[in-house]
Amino acid sequence: MTPRIFSPLVLFLVVAFLIGPFFIIVAASLSAGETLAFPPQGFSLKWVAKVFTVESFRESFAVSMFLAIGGTAMALVLGIPASYALSRYKLPFGETIRTIVSLPIIVPGIIVGLALLRYIVVPFGFNITLALLLAHTALVLPYAVRVVSASLNNLRSDIEEAAVLLGSSRAGAFFRVVMPNIRSGILAAFILGFVTSFNQVPVSLFLSGPGVRTLPIDMLSYMEITYDPSVAALSALLAFMSIGIVFLAERFLGFSRYV
Amino acid sequence: MSDASFLSLEKLTLAYGDTVAVKDLDLSIRKGELVAFLGPSGCGKTTTMRSIAGLLTPASGRISLDGVDITRVSANKRSVGLVFQSYALFPHLSVFENVAFGLRLKKMPANDIETRVTAGLKSVGLSKFAARKPAELSGGQQQRVALARSMVMEPKVLLLDEPLSNLDARLRLEMRTELQRVQKETGVTMIFVTHDQGEALSLADRIVVMLNGAIEQIGTPEDIYNRPVSRFVADFVGFENIFAVEGGKLKAANGPISLSESLPPDTAGLAWRPRMVTLGSGPFQGTVRGASFSGSTREYLLDTPLGAIKAEEDAGLAAHQPGTELTFDLPVAKAARLERFG
Repeated sequence: MTPRIFSPLVLFLVVAFLIGPFFIIVAASLSAGETLAFPPQGFSLKWVAKVFTVESFRESFAVSMFLAIGGTAMALVLGIPASYALSRYKLPFGETIRTIVSLPIIVPGIIVGLALLRYIVVPFGFNITLALLLAHTALVLPYAVRVVSASLNNLRSDIEEAAVLLGSSRAGAFFRVVMPNIRSGILAAFILGFVTSFNQVPVSLFLSGPGVRTLPIDMLSYMEITYDPSVAALSALLAFMSIGIVFLAERFLGFSRYV
Repeated sequence: MSDASFLSLEKLTLAYGDTVAVKDLDLSIRKGELVAFLGPSGCGKTTTMRSIAGLLTPASGRISLDGVDITRVSANKRSVGLVFQSYALFPHLSVFENVAFGLRLKKMPANDIETRVTAGLKSVGLSKFAARKPAELSGGQQQRVALARSMVMEPKVLLLDEPLSNLDARLRLEMRTELQRVQKETGVTMIFVTHDQGEALSLADRIVVMLNGAIEQIGTPEDIYNRPVSRFVADFVGFENIFAVEGGKLKAANGPISLSESLPPDTAGLAWRPRMVTLGSGPFQGTVRGASFSGSTREYLLDTPLGAIKAEEDAGLAAHQPGTELTFDLPVAKAARLERFG
């Protein structure tokens, strides 16, 4: 029977292609050689150490952190009320609004980046950092709305009525009984948004200007000039950071329920 | 305010958008009364209850409670409690905190809250479960938490949405007793919504039967069970042989039938329970088509010129075999006299 041999093979290939690159990067970063290469030449931690000494990495890491945290927070500030309205009320054009909100997932980042640059940043002389922040907010918004909506849909709406009948105002009911019960959904949305924003390349590529660069863009330009394994080391560190975050999220929140 | 109209609904019309759910409803409820809103789904009973709670603003009409017009008073200031069908406990709070929720909002001193909640949980037999989360309780226990949560607020009216329908038979009896006890001990005015006539009959002081957004009949359980006034109510409480009456004659499948007794002029129909049908004697003839044995009684389905007739006899009597010709009577004296046959 073919499937018997076939399916483990497929499984192996899928895993190899998904996880393989990660191992290659980790191995390459531990190389003692002077250039980015696989298989690595010798073993050394010097490239890992070098990552922390590169000034531009430190700066762009700060920019990326700011965008990931700020953009995700803004997306949640907009996304939580939006999800609430979409899931609790029959809004006119509700479906249309849902589609518009999820557009940034569907529209290629290159287009979003180009459009923002050409029609907003350039003509209005928009501040680059602010433009990046808005772009990241928009990119994270679809995830925020989806994850928060999923968690709102699991929550019965009559608990709000129960809270009101016990003397709470409508707004009070939202903060007292809705928010605490979608807390893990909000955290899950935050983590997903953070990772999405942090790894974002195409939009940031168009908007990054002198002095303001996100980490992935900075890594790209670093590699164009200096072809040493420190980029691999940085990639590996970032990958471990993401894995760590998702692991903790899964451990404490049951992250996979929301995504 | 007289005691007879502690809670009164006047010309109450309720609508969802353009759909009118309840039209021109008038109802007065006495203080301390236990009232059931009974009817099939979509009859407006839940809608009416929600409007009393303040969760739905009436399109027109007036609701007053304890002498105060509360039509425009918001739900959080009405002193009306509601036990939801799904219980609607707060999943993130312990049983204790669920019950304390409303008291904390009132900014009651912590000691008083402690005392009240403890007493509330004790009265529903859940003292041991104070620290648990709602998800760790059975359905019946969750419902008792919901009951305690409403009762510690000392509401003027307690509303219950289908309080027994999610429970199994044993718990149902327990909850029924529980509700009667709470009502007796606190004297709170209670209204519960149900689609189950058995629940309404066994629990309520007074039953409001609703259909299509209007009241069909209001009465004691005995009134409703023995003296239904409309075809719908008769059918709902188990009168299975229902005939229209026109010009003092019974409208049967084979044409009008004169009756031995004269009826009041406003009689629109007559209805008999299966056990009110006399078998073995009388002016009518029928053929036994089916028989079913239910322990204490035997039920028969008869094919007759009047239409299908359901009859019931003591199981002790000799059984009639399917195919047998039988004479029978529909005694007018026993029949429920219907004023409406809509």
